[in-house]
Amino acid sequence: MAGTGWSRTGATAAALTLAVAFGVGGSGGAAAQGRDPAYAAARAAGQVGEKPDGYIGVVGGGSPELRRIAEDINIKRRAVYAERAQAQHATVEQYAFTSGCRLIEQTEPGEKYMAPDGSWQTRGRGEPNKDSRCP
Amino acid sequence: MAGESHGRRAEGAARIRAKVRMAGMVMGTAMGTGLLAGCITVNAPAKPIVIQLDINIKQEVVYRLAADADKTIDSNKEIF
Repeated sequence: MAGTGWSRTGATAAALTLAVAFGVGGSGGAAAQGRDPAYAAARAAGQVGEKPDGYIGVVGGGSPELRRIAEDINIKRRAVYAERAQAQHATVEQYAFTSGCRLIEQTEPGEKYMAPDGSWQTRGRGEPNKDSRCP
Repeated sequence: MAGESHGRRAEGAARIRAKVRMAGMVMGTAMGTGLLAGCITVNAPAKPIVIQLDINIKQEVVYRLAADADKTIDSNKEIF
């Protein structure tokens, strides 16, 4: 039963990854990062930030539109995490957390990220405040 | 002679019994003290207890997955 559930998740994730890959190919890689313009703008404006759990969060109250953008990204991230976690014999949480370490590391100065204590921080020039378990 | 010796022996036995009884009392007292000394006083910590929900995420697992996570992020830039 569990096996069927996992393989279905894997297949869904694979399908999503494929769809996303074709989408980017079709658009001709308009944005340098390949991000949706609304998502890119929200990141740059510090309205969304990277969380230690590997997902993005809305900074402050946020608008329904921002919450929709964050949810959309997080659903897609979860699908990718689930697929890779299965391949690496890890849990989705473990894989997502590891990705969170890397994503916080990769934030650009001015972007938001969540510190281990749950507070939103603005990335500066130096090292971000990451979880002690991060590489 | 034999009677006297028997009497002395009986007296000695009684003294030994008394000693054993005393030793028992001393042991009992010692055990009581031991039990009291074994009591542990638990004081509430000054800092709030933080329960880490992701306790199952160990550093070694994170290190093992890091390289693969980097590749995943690079090949799915649109959602990261």
